[in-house]
Amino acid sequence: MLDLEKRSNPYRDDKVIGSCSIFGMMDLRGRCVEGQPVFEAMSNMRERSNGLGAGFAIYGLYPSRPKDYAFHVMYESAHGKELAEAELARNFDVVHAEEIPTNPQDGVTNGPMLWRYFVRPPSEDGVRFQELVAREVTRINTTVKDAYVFSSAKNMGVFKGVGFPEDIAKFYVLDEYRGYIWLAHGRFPTNTQAWWGGAHPFSFLDWAVVHNGELSSYGANKRFVEDYGYRCNFFTDTEVVAYAIDLLVRRHGLGVEMACKVLAPPVWVKIDGMPESKKALYSSLRISYSGLLLNGPFSVIIGREGEMIGLTDRIKLRPLTAATGNGRLYLASEEAPIRLVDGDLERVWSPLGGVPVIGRVGQGICYEEEGA
Amino acid sequence: MANSIILGDIRASYDFPDAEIDALGSSFKELNERIKLAADKGVRRIVLRRVYGQRYIGTRLNGLPPVSIEIFGTPGNDLGAFMDGHVILVHGNAQDGVGNTMHGGEIIVEGRVGDVLGMSMVAGSILVRDDAGYRAALHMKEYGRTFPSIVIGGTARDFLGEYMAGGRVVVLGLGNRKHRMSFIGTGIHGGTIYIRGAFAREQLGEGAEVAPLQSPDLTYLKAQIEKFGQMFGLSEEIAANQFTKVVPKGRRPYSSLYA
Amino acid sequence: MCARQCGFGVHTYDEVADRMISDQSKCAGCQRCAVLCPTGAITVGLNPYSYAPNFYWTRERITDLKRQAESGGVLLTGCGNDKPMRVYWDHLVLDASQVTNPSIDPLREPMELRTFLGRKPRRLEIVDGQPVNGDPQVRIELPVMFSALSYGAVSAQAQESLARAAKAVGTLFNSGEGGLPRGLRKFADNAVVQCASGRFGVDPGYLRCSAMVEIKIGQGAKPGIGGHLPGEKVSKSISAARKIPVGTDALSPAPQHDIYSIEDLRTLIYALKEATDYEKPVSVKIAAVNNAAAIASGIVRAGADVVAIDGIRGGTGAAPKVIRDNVGVPIEMALASVDSRLRAEGIRNQCSLVVAGGFRCSADVVKAIALGADAVYIGTAALVAMGCTLCQKCHTGICNWGICTTDPYLSKRINPDIVSRRLIGLLCAWSLEIKEMLGGMGINAIESLRGNREHLRGVGLSDWELEVLGVKGAGQ
Repeated sequence: MLDLEKRSNPYRDDKVIGSCSIFGMMDLRGRCVEGQPVFEAMSNMRERSNGLGAGFAIYGLYPSRPKDYAFHVMYESAHGKELAEAELARNFDVVHAEEIPTNPQDGVTNGPMLWRYFVRPPSEDGVRFQELVAREVTRINTTVKDAYVFSSAKNMGVFKGVGFPEDIAKFYVLDEYRGYIWLAHGRFPTNTQAWWGGAHPFSFLDWAVVHNGELSSYGANKRFVEDYGYRCNFFTDTEVVAYAIDLLVRRHGLGVEMACKVLAPPVWVKIDGMPESKKALYSSLRISYSGLLLNGPFSVIIGREGEMIGLTDRIKLRPLTAATGNGRLYLASEEAPIRLVDGDLERVWSPLGGVPVIGRVGQGICYEEEGA
Repeated sequence: MANSIILGDIRASYDFPDAEIDALGSSFKELNERIKLAADKGVRRIVLRRVYGQRYIGTRLNGLPPVSIEIFGTPGNDLGAFMDGHVILVHGNAQDGVGNTMHGGEIIVEGRVGDVLGMSMVAGSILVRDDAGYRAALHMKEYGRTFPSIVIGGTARDFLGEYMAGGRVVVLGLGNRKHRMSFIGTGIHGGTIYIRGAFAREQLGEGAEVAPLQSPDLTYLKAQIEKFGQMFGLSEEIAANQFTKVVPKGRRPYSSLYA
Repeated sequence: MCARQCGFGVHTYDEVADRMISDQSKCAGCQRCAVLCPTGAITVGLNPYSYAPNFYWTRERITDLKRQAESGGVLLTGCGNDKPMRVYWDHLVLDASQVTNPSIDPLREPMELRTFLGRKPRRLEIVDGQPVNGDPQVRIELPVMFSALSYGAVSAQAQESLARAAKAVGTLFNSGEGGLPRGLRKFADNAVVQCASGRFGVDPGYLRCSAMVEIKIGQGAKPGIGGHLPGEKVSKSISAARKIPVGTDALSPAPQHDIYSIEDLRTLIYALKEATDYEKPVSVKIAAVNNAAAIASGIVRAGADVVAIDGIRGGTGAAPKVIRDNVGVPIEMALASVDSRLRAEGIRNQCSLVVAGGFRCSADVVKAIALGADAVYIGTAALVAMGCTLCQKCHTGICNWGICTTDPYLSKRINPDIVSRRLIGLLCAWSLEIKEMLGGMGINAIESLRGNREHLRGVGLSDWELEVLGVKGAGQ
């Protein structure tokens, strides 16, 4: 998406300053449920956002097309749509295209055109195709004017824009969808114009990230991932988190737990005190991937197919509460909204700084304090 | 609840009128205004129901005679911030910033609390049944003969008592869990932390060291244990001599850092 | 006499030789002895005996290295940045009326400097002839206030002098992060009380005893780190005001530990509004840094009524020298970019902008207002009016003028009766000068100058500097 600076960052700030609320809800059996609890929880956390951005990611979104990749795209102009559709047609087998159904809301204005495309991968070689999708989406977002692919994965999609979370949910008619993972975000950007593409979640392939905090390491992280072919187009530090985890987990094959050790490593004093083999591992992770250490306060909820991950920075400067109940895992910026929507919680806790909480369909919750 | 709440020096009883407020759907500003209005009219005991995340409960009552507030639900951040002498009882968990810069009064939480408990607290007392989060008692202060006190029933996280200048923190370690927090008392230069349960020397922060318990410590601890027991009951026997006392190494932990 | 006056122990009387001897190595250059010597026998000047001249390895650099080698510690200093760095005030000139509109005579005609700080409504709503909306405002009779000088950094007598002068003139003084001593609570209506990262002395009574509450995030002399009061200066009464043990270092934490993110700032702003019944404006003070414009925008949106920015020349009672001299940006640039940015976003009216950081004279104040400020905080200038000679030894707790010290013997040298009159004199003099300059421009109310960059021109500035300042070059 060219000319983005004019659109969302006219003052050419290095990055967005924002404050936020985040929420995640996952059904651990993989059952698709409605989003009503999520909308209510976000409404409860209204103090944390200011109506200038909100969004949702839903996994299990298109059960009738589980093998197709769904591309959600924003267009600022008809020309942009033409160019982007030409690119898509050139590289992919687009089996269906339609406008994303919306319902006008008072608090949601100046939206771009919103379209979705279902793309059928060839029956063989899923990994190669995934690479192709990654490359093409990056290319479209970097070079095609006025077009922005804001999610591109199988059976999953992001819905976002400028407005309060409850209004965005009504705008996109989200009460008609079901999902086994719901991520949500409410934004309070303080130094950029409200722009639809700037809202969270940021998505790359099947990764979706919602983020509360500010990465003081953004400049360093950006340089590192751009070395590997990613392009940070959106002046929002959240984007870099999505690329970082994609690089570590999908491309470099580290497990999610180990990737979290790169993003939020223990301090050197702790590493020095570890037993030899653990020390060697943690040291080399930290040395090789020093550019991916996320510094500054953050709590993130990351979704991918079959998994929901919650993580905070190493010295826990941002809040995150985890809870289980009714076969679900909840993650949120505050405990109160979880209690509001689920009166039946089994366990409520705050994960330690730098220690991930991971929910996996069919496998339950992984949270190891020993890992700290 | 018993007929009256006796906590510290503040007694609130049924002699004065009560008020019950349903907080569901109120913003924090609306809720706190309603609480203040009730207190202005002379209500001394207020019960809040269906509280979900409203902030600063208790802050608006500065300057008024002591009020007791009973909360059903989950209060929002900064519960009792800048409070100067009321009683708040939470039937459940509280979030971050409980007792922020508190100057008197009492907060009791039948559950756990979030991060930054009692930050810059100067007087008053906080009782937490379960665990506390990061940076509890950060920069707690004291002056003269009053000192603030915090009692935590379970464990706490890193940076407990960071930069403490005064006050007392007691961690009971109930449930026999190993304490895992690091940087305990980092930068402490006044006040005392008492911890029951095992932890390693490496977990102490710069400027903190262990000292032997003296008779006044035992007296103080016995009183806190009893207070906790009265409030929450005790599932195990706690003896005053089971605690480790953590104190500042010196008054100027950073004196050699500056020239 | 000089032996008694010098807190550094420079002068001593040698009984055997029956003469005064002076230990040059201890002299700080504060001029106290020279000023007070009844026979005018002393001159104090820069010691010419030093290392071989070197443009790069200056005497100061060499001395600092040797001190660090000896101590292994962070070098502290006092006062503001003294390094050569472009002073933009000296490159801005002011307009005057000639022919096309008249000057206004300040001596005989009204010239209004009264300023109100606080959030202004987007639209004034009037019902039955009465205004019904509006946030709390604080009134000052001239756009100059006393900057934050904490009790501990300065003596109680010095602080009292500032309080009295503020009240007499109708402006504000700032408690700084040391709390407000009981004796000064009667000046509540003229006090800005600070809630800084150490939260020293912040009790609910303190918050109510004020005209405005200020959240201190940073100051120009030491952006990014907390206030620093060395243990030498923590006397019994400081201990009482700050509620910390005597003799301990009062090292404010670098961050406010409940503000890790912009929404936390919003949380604290509203906590303070709740604690003061929404009756007082809440100010947020930051140091001028690279992203000041974006940060200021965030602060306004977080609910602050006043944004205060302190530039790199801001003074301090104690700061690491390396931070004082290297971190931060000049206030002229920060002010211009913040004002422009807030206007571009359509939120400039939602706050008042107060600037600080080395304002030396009334012309600096007028130029600042023309660039967009509502008011100016002065720190160093006020101290100089009280007697300070900028010897930069504030951090030692030894101030021969009795200002930056808590030593009871030295503090007595400030008599608040006399010194408050000097401060009143300073503000009166500046007030008259500002009126002269305004009248010269054909303006008789300060609000007509606010943000009116048309009345400024730049001299000897490059294009990018003119662009940031939003000012034309002289002749353009």
